[in-house]
Amino acid sequence: MLILECPYCGVAADETELSPGGEAHLVRQGPGSSDQELESYLFGRKNPKGVHFERWRHSYGCGKWFHAARCTMTLEVFATYSAQTPVPPKNVINAIKAKRPDWEGWT
Amino acid sequence: MSEAISVLNGATFDGFVSIKEAGLRGMISVRGDFAAASFTKAVSALTGADFPAVNEAKFAGDYAILWMSPDELLILCAYENAQADADKLAADLAGEHALVANVSDARALFAMSGELLREALMKLTPANVSEDAFKPGQVRRTRLAQAAAAVWMLEDGSVEIMCFRSVGDYMFKLLCNAANPGAELGL
Ligand SMILES: [Zn+2]
Repeated sequence: MLILECPYCGVAADETELSPGGEAHLVRQGPGSSDQELESYLFGRKNPKGVHFERWRHSYGCGKWFHAARCTMTLEVFATYSAQTPVPPKNVINAIKAKRPDWEGWT
Repeated sequence: MSEAISVLNGATFDGFVSIKEAGLRGMISVRGDFAAASFTKAVSALTGADFPAVNEAKFAGDYAILWMSPDELLILCAYENAQADADKLAADLAGEHALVANVSDARALFAMSGELLREALMKLTPANVSEDAFKPGQVRRTRLAQAAAAVWMLEDGSVEIMCFRSVGDYMFKLLCNAANPGAELGL
């Protein structure tokens, strides 16, 4: 069971109160991109065993989208943070590095 | 105007807690910028209630303001006054980035009272409804079994439960089943 704290209402929401939104911080590829870039944007996902950045929506609560950084192997949650950011904020990166010193970092 | 009737017309159930379909209640959905004084003042002026903080409910007589999300409130009022109140608030907020809608007939409301009501609730929701986490004056939006709901606690420790009217019958049956005599959790 996964519990994420919604950064908008502060509720510790159970996974069943949330809707998953897949991998976070994707960069949109549209007109002008190569076929390979578009294909990767549509279908290519990281699927790591370890640190992962995801989008979630507090759908049975305040309704807001937010971001979560967590470990796919242990389900440890490093941070949840605002949806209004194209990249993970510094404090989130630092929180992950503190717990996973060997982590290769966000790209 | 036709005679309005609430979803289960005041059905009641006496289990180890009491369940009552709470009849018609005015409900006005309001969205706007909580950081704008003009917005918060207009809402408080209509209701006479303080502006709620995050996940709070503020009560004043027939009125209540429930915090629904960072940009959404639900105002409770007398059913008969809902449209007039909504019109008044919309007029007060003219020119603001705000939205007011009378949703009274789209919702169902239930009242639950009794010492063990937390036991009935925790059968249906993953939300933490323990005494430490859920207190009078608080609102929790969650799900009860498969239906979205908002639950808030009144000053007397009873709770009110709001859901979409379309799932009102399902909600009543859920609550009754959870409150079935003999089905106490014995915590
Ligand atoms: Zn939330």
